[in-house]
Amino acid sequence: MLERFSPAIAANRFGLGAKPGELAQIGSQPRDWLYAQLSGAAPLLTGPELHSSAETLARGLEVRRELRAAKRAAAEATSDSDDKANAVAAFMKIGQVYRPIYIAEATARLRQGVITDRPFVERLTYFWTNHFAVSVDKNLVLGLAGSLEREAIRPNVLGHFSDMLLAVERHPAMLLYLDNHLSVGPHSRAAGLLARRQGSQRRLGINENLARETLELHTLGVGGGYTQADVTTFAEVITGWSIGGDGYGRRFAGGKPGEFVFRPEIHEPGAKVVLGKRYTDTGYDQGVAVLRDLAAKPATAHFIATKLARHFIADDPPTRAVEHVANAFLSSNGHLPTVYRALVDSPDAWAQPLPKYKTPNDYVVSTFRGLQLPAEGGRASLAAFEVMGQRTYSPGSPAGWPDKSADWDGASALIKRIEWADAVGQRVGSRLDAKELAPQLLGDNLTPATRTAISRAASGAQAITLLLSSPEFMRR
Amino acid sequence: MNPFTPSAATAATCGAEFRSVAANGGPPCSPVWLQQPYDDAMRLLKRRAFLHAGAFALGGAFLTSRLAFARTGTSKSRFVFIIMRGALDGLAAVPPYGDSDYAGLRRELALKAPGAPGGALPLNGFFGLHPSLGFLHDSYTARELVVFHAIASPYRERSHFDGQDVLENGSLQPHAVQTGWLNRALASLQTPRGKELGVALGQNFPLVMSGPASVTSWSPSKLATLDDDTLERITDLYAGDPLLASRLADALAADAIANGATDTEMNPTVPDVIANGTSDASMSSAVPHDVAHAAPQAASTNAQSDAAGDVQPNQLQRGKPMRYTEVARAAASFLRRDDGPQVAVFDTTGWDTHANEGSAEGQLAGRLAALDAGLRTLKDELGPAWADTAVLLATEFGRTAATNGTRGTDHGTATTAFLLGGAVQGGRVLADWPGLSSHALYQGRDLKPTADLRSVLKGVLSEHLLVASSSLESSVFPNSSEARPIKDLLRS
Repeated sequence: MLERFSPAIAANRFGLGAKPGELAQIGSQPRDWLYAQLSGAAPLLTGPELHSSAETLARGLEVRRELRAAKRAAAEATSDSDDKANAVAAFMKIGQVYRPIYIAEATARLRQGVITDRPFVERLTYFWTNHFAVSVDKNLVLGLAGSLEREAIRPNVLGHFSDMLLAVERHPAMLLYLDNHLSVGPHSRAAGLLARRQGSQRRLGINENLARETLELHTLGVGGGYTQADVTTFAEVITGWSIGGDGYGRRFAGGKPGEFVFRPEIHEPGAKVVLGKRYTDTGYDQGVAVLRDLAAKPATAHFIATKLARHFIADDPPTRAVEHVANAFLSSNGHLPTVYRALVDSPDAWAQPLPKYKTPNDYVVSTFRGLQLPAEGGRASLAAFEVMGQRTYSPGSPAGWPDKSADWDGASALIKRIEWADAVGQRVGSRLDAKELAPQLLGDNLTPATRTAISRAASGAQAITLLLSSPEFMRR
Repeated sequence: MNPFTPSAATAATCGAEFRSVAANGGPPCSPVWLQQPYDDAMRLLKRRAFLHAGAFALGGAFLTSRLAFARTGTSKSRFVFIIMRGALDGLAAVPPYGDSDYAGLRRELALKAPGAPGGALPLNGFFGLHPSLGFLHDSYTARELVVFHAIASPYRERSHFDGQDVLENGSLQPHAVQTGWLNRALASLQTPRGKELGVALGQNFPLVMSGPASVTSWSPSKLATLDDDTLERITDLYAGDPLLASRLADALAADAIANGATDTEMNPTVPDVIANGTSDASMSSAVPHDVAHAAPQAASTNAQSDAAGDVQPNQLQRGKPMRYTEVARAAASFLRRDDGPQVAVFDTTGWDTHANEGSAEGQLAGRLAALDAGLRTLKDELGPAWADTAVLLATEFGRTAATNGTRGTDHGTATTAFLLGGAVQGGRVLADWPGLSSHALYQGRDLKPTADLRSVLKGVLSEHLLVASSSLESSVFPNSSEARPIKDLLRS
């Protein structure tokens, strides 16, 4: 194994692939180029087309109310009627409200990846979004996934892990995705009221989804030392972490529509023991206290370090690299730039040959970035991610997208990349010169075989296709 | 773009303009090159011709795919394994309406006994099938379905991801083995060198099919515009990269088979799998709506209504039953060939019903209906080969016996599994029913497992695929001696 502090490795392994001219700019001290990206405020993503989660959700709740009313009317209608048509129309409206928001968010994200001068920070943003995954195949999340990244991940990507953890767990997208907004303490005031009402078949209770995934996927990791009892108790601790607005019936009215709200009336009262520690009932702060403690656990440090090392270094990262990163996490109280520096200064992070196969997302972004393609096409640009199996913000589960090469390097996935590369080549081949681009994108990773294939290509289009299909462009 | 512009209009405009403007090369909806016409029959056929000639005849150094399918010995048996990711609620799919504790635990989620409006479909007087499972019920009546209940893998925690790992790796622990039981079973069979026994449908490769035996993957292609010359050059470029070289060869050969090319003739029409495209993104391969010309608006509505819960009026579920038909059709196109693979695997998703699960109607009902329709398509498309087929559906674990606070169910333990097909000795429910009273529940909350899923898998592998019991006990399911194979699941 060869280690070499190469600009091409810095740009590809830690960044989003080189823009033309970027390798020259990185120069002879690639680690300094990466460290420099970690200082200063984290770059945020804003724009007139990007809306806050509260604004988006308030609109969604409004549409939902209309839909409910329309459904009631349709149910009462005896035959096919305008009422049924109205129900259909109301249903379509959810998509009409959320789909353009999703497209705007995913497009802005792609554009940022193409133009950013701090691609390492962008990659880290992708990493954390995937760590704290929500998936837009759940209806209401379609309009909120982008705002979760902009509101909870980006502002904290160069801060402390515990702050990011709290920002994510109380974000409406996460509360909705993992069902916590309707989780009710069985001994809460609201549950008591309902139980006394005669004839109510519905009993209120907890939903342990968010609590479980916070422990399993966001902090300690599976095998991190928690039990079913910890899951259940932690779920009770965070009952009342909900969303404002009256979209969920009178019981959940109050609070500003679409914003996080703590609802004491559904919070399970009392002191609770999580992971052997007793937390007195301080309402909302009880949950914050548990999260702060979870963020500081050695199991959390180790889990995060392993995922970072797997993402940036190798599918099965060397133990010494994981330990180095985990120690940085613990000794800095989860100060993320310190953690990232430990990653970059691990010699294993500069290994050759290229150990990782790009994810479809990174393949598409690095193509857009390398060729400086416009990311303005809305759905058309985004279709590329979908074709290759990684539609933006849709990992399909709270575990996020898988992160090993074998998860992405299948036969059918490869042919889709090549077919897409060919479509790109046909589009830009007459104006872009692959011979000139190849060394600028791949630097010293460019092999003689690829250089020769490109120089002998039958057309400009084919040369681009070969560049984008080359083994060294598929990997990082 | 104004984010509040209804995108239906935007998308329709893009699609329509593309058709008329693309010929001029103009960018009506830039960048339109992503919308290359997948249905450009001429180019497609040109590529097929290349595939056909290249993969099987030209024999250039790297053009020869090692992909050639095989059946073991003279066996005609076909096996389909369908993974239900997300933890299927067995008490909803196969409601034990005869259990006196069932209705109380399930409250508003409880299904009624057969005969009542929206009631379960009758099985044996105690268990029923969810009313969405009409095809499965027909299969049961035709004695082609065995239903297993109170069954579980050896996994006893409640993590989806570890649970799926155990379901697929065939060991007692998550991540203890990096290969899948089905692949190891195939590896134990005598096959001609270099022949592939199995295919995974969908873009990414499931653990259950990973391992030493040579298998491949296939998913529908929408950008098939590559010409022969470019493909040959890429193949040359991969000469120094064994992984990419073999992946590319596999992809080309699999395409040829899925698209109906045979060793002796080219299919003169646009292949049905591609022609039918897809209007649904439910397959894990995330199908490109924009690239296909399949009504982008309807397609996205479908995709995002997927987990819509209570915002989904029942009458809008028309079309949803289509969600698995494409993958079922593709599976059949591989399996029905005499020289095709013996085993196919694909995923279904969306079973993680924490909130607003629904009962006879609703979220889970819609998904079960889609699955049921997919299975019906599989049978129809397999034709006579159905008689030699066994299909097993399994999930990582079940869900809580009681309804939770959000009209759904949380992660549980035991659940159901289904074995169906023309080769199955069906019309039976196999369950050692533990009951649902509070003391009978596992850890006071879940249906208690009384059967080991590996017993079913071992029974099917040994009787249907003729995997030797010595292999089953050693390489396929290590440390599984307590899970004795269930006999006579297949017709003799």
